[in-house]
Amino acid sequence: MNEISQAPTVATFDCRVAFAETLIELARTDHRIVAVCNDSVGSSNLNAFQKEFPDRLINVGIAEQNMVGVAAGLANGGFVPYVSCASPFLTGRALEQIKADVAYNNYHIVLCGQSPGMSYGELGPTHHSIEDFAWMRALTDLTILVPADPRQTRDAVRWASTANRPVFMRVGRFKIPSVTPEDEDFVPGRASRLRDGRDVTLIACGTMVSRALGAADQLAQKGISARVLNMTTIQPLDEAAVIEAATETGRIVTVEEAIIHGGLGSAVAECVVQNKPVPMRILGVPHLAPTGSTAFLLDHFGLNAEGIAKAALELVG
Amino acid sequence: MLDRQTQGADSNALIAKILAADETTRSELLARTATEVRVSILNTIIGPKMGHIGGDFSVADILTTLFFGVMKLDPDNPNWQERDRFILSKGHCSAALYSVLAMRGFFEIDLLKTFMAPLSALNGHPNRRKIPGVEANTGPLGHGLPIGVGCAIAARLAKADRRVFVVLGDGELQEGSNWEAAMAAGHRGLSNLVAIVDRNRLQQGAGTEDTNRLEPLADKWRSFGWEVHDVDGHDHRVLYDMLSQPGGSQPRCLVARTIKGKGVSFIENRVEWHHKVPSLEQVQLAHKELAV
Repeated sequence: MNEISQAPTVATFDCRVAFAETLIELARTDHRIVAVCNDSVGSSNLNAFQKEFPDRLINVGIAEQNMVGVAAGLANGGFVPYVSCASPFLTGRALEQIKADVAYNNYHIVLCGQSPGMSYGELGPTHHSIEDFAWMRALTDLTILVPADPRQTRDAVRWASTANRPVFMRVGRFKIPSVTPEDEDFVPGRASRLRDGRDVTLIACGTMVSRALGAADQLAQKGISARVLNMTTIQPLDEAAVIEAATETGRIVTVEEAIIHGGLGSAVAECVVQNKPVPMRILGVPHLAPTGSTAFLLDHFGLNAEGIAKAALELVG
Repeated sequence: MLDRQTQGADSNALIAKILAADETTRSELLARTATEVRVSILNTIIGPKMGHIGGDFSVADILTTLFFGVMKLDPDNPNWQERDRFILSKGHCSAALYSVLAMRGFFEIDLLKTFMAPLSALNGHPNRRKIPGVEANTGPLGHGLPIGVGCAIAARLAKADRRVFVVLGDGELQEGSNWEAAMAAGHRGLSNLVAIVDRNRLQQGAGTEDTNRLEPLADKWRSFGWEVHDVDGHDHRVLYDMLSQPGGSQPRCLVARTIKGKGVSFIENRVEWHHKVPSLEQVQLAHKELAV
């Protein structure tokens, strides 16, 4: 039902599969790993984890504030909790617990925001998690990861087990194509240059990366050379890559499946205006979404190859 | 002024005496220590002229019994994995926690003079990243019990016999997160978890029952699956018995009846002393009353 509008023939993947498989794989050798969830065993794809490690799956029921506090207590006892919960309820309902119990305590906890952005399409704005970037970015102790495909999801889940600090990561439900080159190593805090270019840089994360690549293809047909950066780590931001993009391409378009205030675009703009001011466009969700599927809503807000290419063309002039 | 190691050694000697003593002597020793804690609280908050003396004094006997009689701790190795865990959910009573931690030798007593001073490690609310012995950064209310539930589950997963103690204010029981945690602890039968409610019946602005009624409080905990005891929160004998006794099959809750400001007559049971700071004259009077 959630096909990619501009590339329907390409194989697409639900990142929850990679998330759950990797977590099980890690838990087999790393006995510190536990999963904490809120009646979200099925929606987080944790059934197999529960079957293999029944004691290490802690389902607190529908109680997100307690869920995050319990994770802090588990971290205090030397465990590494992966808190797996629909992103709107994890980051919204338990925001103060994330601030005080996780970030301020500086506990090694991995917050896994499931079905983020507008994954829950028709269920509406209560179930969308477009604010999570802005809320989580305000907590400077958090590392924020937004994997762009199953491979990055796997790498992010693995890296997070060694982070020794609080981490928030989105785990996508909306099916997306693979974008990461086979030989690319995941380096937290480092942007990945998927395409080089001279005229404009498209900086994307998560579901938007494949669409930014689609936009670069369309721009190439018009003779415009677009660099594409996959900004998997929103915090801490790879400022060097941003400044380099500003210096070398002179124009930047950011694109994210999130509210345009306080997310990836804001982070990039903060860096650009203070280091190398260049014209920018910030693409994302401008306001609460109307009713519609995820695919519909992404198109509705111009978060597709055409929309990204159009914004880039306006900048290039 | 004693250095940290000497202070720790002295407190270890005192604890050995407390544990070896008969019931009456033990209570007397704990009561005497609690008075020292109150004096320390008073001295601590008059520096910055800030603090929460009412709640500090109401919880002083509970903290003293835990830190000088009940909990397994090692101030020389504050991160010892098998230590008992203590969480002060009512984090605004940091002066009381800092006092017992310093007296137990977790840090130099002299540091108390920097309470809330610019750049001090002694924040108005406790910070585990700065002060050894603090398990969790508390302050926003309703956070301690969920963390305590996690500590108790962690101990159980590790098959360790350590225990977890969480001290809650009564007013903060108006926060819903406590009841999420209470439900989870009851459901899981976390018998290694003890919640102690500092039931002084006053919150910042008024009485708890006039603000948002808590009673019947013991019944509430019982209905969530807890073993509940209604106790005098200033009676060291009862506190010691109830806190040192190992858990049965349920988490334990002590509804500890206390007097906010306990120990100084003009502070006792007065809502305005939630975070009022005594004048110099009142400090002298308070010292006199505490010395008796």
